[in-house]
Amino acid sequence: MHNKSLAELSASLQSGEISSVELTQHFLERIKRHDSALNSFVTVTEEQALSAARQADQLIATGQAGQLTGIPIAQKDIFCTEGIRTACGSKMLDNFISPYSATVVEKLDTAGMPLLGKLNMDEFAMGSSNETSFYGPVKNPWDLERVPGGSSGGSAAAVAARLAPIATGTDTGGSIRQPASLCGLTGIKPTYGRVSRWGMIAFASSLDQAGVLGHSAADCALVLGAMAGFDAKDSTSIDRETPDYSASLSTPLEGLKIGLPKEYFDEGLDSGVGKVVDTAIERYRTLGAEVIEISLPNTHLAVPAYYVIAPAECSSNLSRFDGVRYGYRCKDPKDLTDMYERSRGEAFGAEVKNRIMIGTYALSAGYYDAYYLKAQKVRRLISDDFKRAFEQVDVIMGPTSPVTAFKIGEKADDPISMYLSDIYTIAVNLAGLPGMSIPAGLVEGLPAGLQLIGNAFEEGKLLNIAHQFQQVTDWHLQSPAAFA
Amino acid sequence: MSLTAEEVRKIAHLARLSIQEEKVQTYADNLSGILDLVAQMETVNTDDVAPMAHPQEVTQRLREDVVTETSQREKFQQIAPATEAGLYLVPKVIE
Repeated sequence: MHNKSLAELSASLQSGEISSVELTQHFLERIKRHDSALNSFVTVTEEQALSAARQADQLIATGQAGQLTGIPIAQKDIFCTEGIRTACGSKMLDNFISPYSATVVEKLDTAGMPLLGKLNMDEFAMGSSNETSFYGPVKNPWDLERVPGGSSGGSAAAVAARLAPIATGTDTGGSIRQPASLCGLTGIKPTYGRVSRWGMIAFASSLDQAGVLGHSAADCALVLGAMAGFDAKDSTSIDRETPDYSASLSTPLEGLKIGLPKEYFDEGLDSGVGKVVDTAIERYRTLGAEVIEISLPNTHLAVPAYYVIAPAECSSNLSRFDGVRYGYRCKDPKDLTDMYERSRGEAFGAEVKNRIMIGTYALSAGYYDAYYLKAQKVRRLISDDFKRAFEQVDVIMGPTSPVTAFKIGEKADDPISMYLSDIYTIAVNLAGLPGMSIPAGLVEGLPAGLQLIGNAFEEGKLLNIAHQFQQVTDWHLQSPAAFA
Repeated sequence: MSLTAEEVRKIAHLARLSIQEEKVQTYADNLSGILDLVAQMETVNTDDVAPMAHPQEVTQRLREDVVTETSQREKFQQIAPATEAGLYLVPKVIE
């Protein structure tokens, strides 16, 4: 049951072959059986899930069900869920029972998807390995000594191990695509503004975007369609109709122009991952695509610009955690400043502190022009590189991550080496474009992903391009043996 | 770019973050490393480039000036560390 696609699950529910309660129970039992090895869930919401499943069964019985009704989902613990703890991987919010739900959560509730629970993540989504979580690292189901990637590491591990059929994630610099790559999943980060950020705990507001991690482009198309859309409560939400992503999946790729940026195939790329990507590109040629070498000349400046912009926005966003209205407050503060400093100092982990301090420094008097303004100018150069490329090609392809899953602890003490895990994904966030990662092969038993980058608002085209690959390959159907 | 321990203490205070004295040097090393990475931006000339604050070149929406939120003070204060008579309590500010 846990290896079926969402369309198959939907058909089984509609035909009465299984009920939503049975399906939900099946996944809850898998969580109980397997998650102690993975640590992918921080909260399991069994009662809520079964109650929603019973409601879904009633809707199905009375013919009022939609395509997703009754299919369970798990949410990254960055999305506020009313009445359920929303901790965002941090001690700061360990006691935070959200008084409201994120728009994404409301939309998926409305679609009839029972919530299995909340998924582990790097603290405030700052990390690429899930090791910065207050709730401990998540293990990669393909090799329990390795990281699942991050920051949506719990989402990736849970779906890869078939503890949830699909999960939400968020992506500020690669946090959906990199874990999808490291865990052998299909993950999509839509265009900035496509999915509401309301109720999604903010890290870097001009970069954060919600998306999905699942087994296939077809699964992601269904759930993204239910999540996306204009929301007046998010001031940066784009007022555009959400296309029918499922309807465009089967468009043939004859004549598709694929751009390969030469900067994405440099010396930093693992040779095994490089071979997987080359083979996938060859597969696209056989589907009728034309491959063109392109250049994104400012690629090497993306990580440097990001590590000014993201920390600057983070230092501003995280100033809301002051120990006054919700979240952690230190014991026996001697005055107001002591309360702020110790509440924040005791409850934020080291990586969050690194980033708050870098952001504070970059925005402080005398440094603003050299850092923040300079980074915004570099951001423009990076965005212009993509604009020029999309005059020439329909989609850009390359590796998602330069390496496969690394060992837990391997990069934990070296922030810079960790940051470079996102070297191919970060520019996409700076430009606000949609990006995907799809499973394209295995390197010594570990999954490697192919990244697809589209022009603004073309996530439908990306899903189509991914789906066509998945019609002629079976990498997306592979599962880690221990969780089959 | 190398930050001194003193500079790190100052930044931490500006950010209202207490940091343990024995960790100050680690933070100084980490932050200096990040600033070295960031310094690569200086290799490109950006004199005539317009800064990009946001991926979508859109202006803020306006809406009618009407009440859209209802008061949920009690609900919100249930999760507060300390409240009294509908107010949030903090350590004494004025002597």
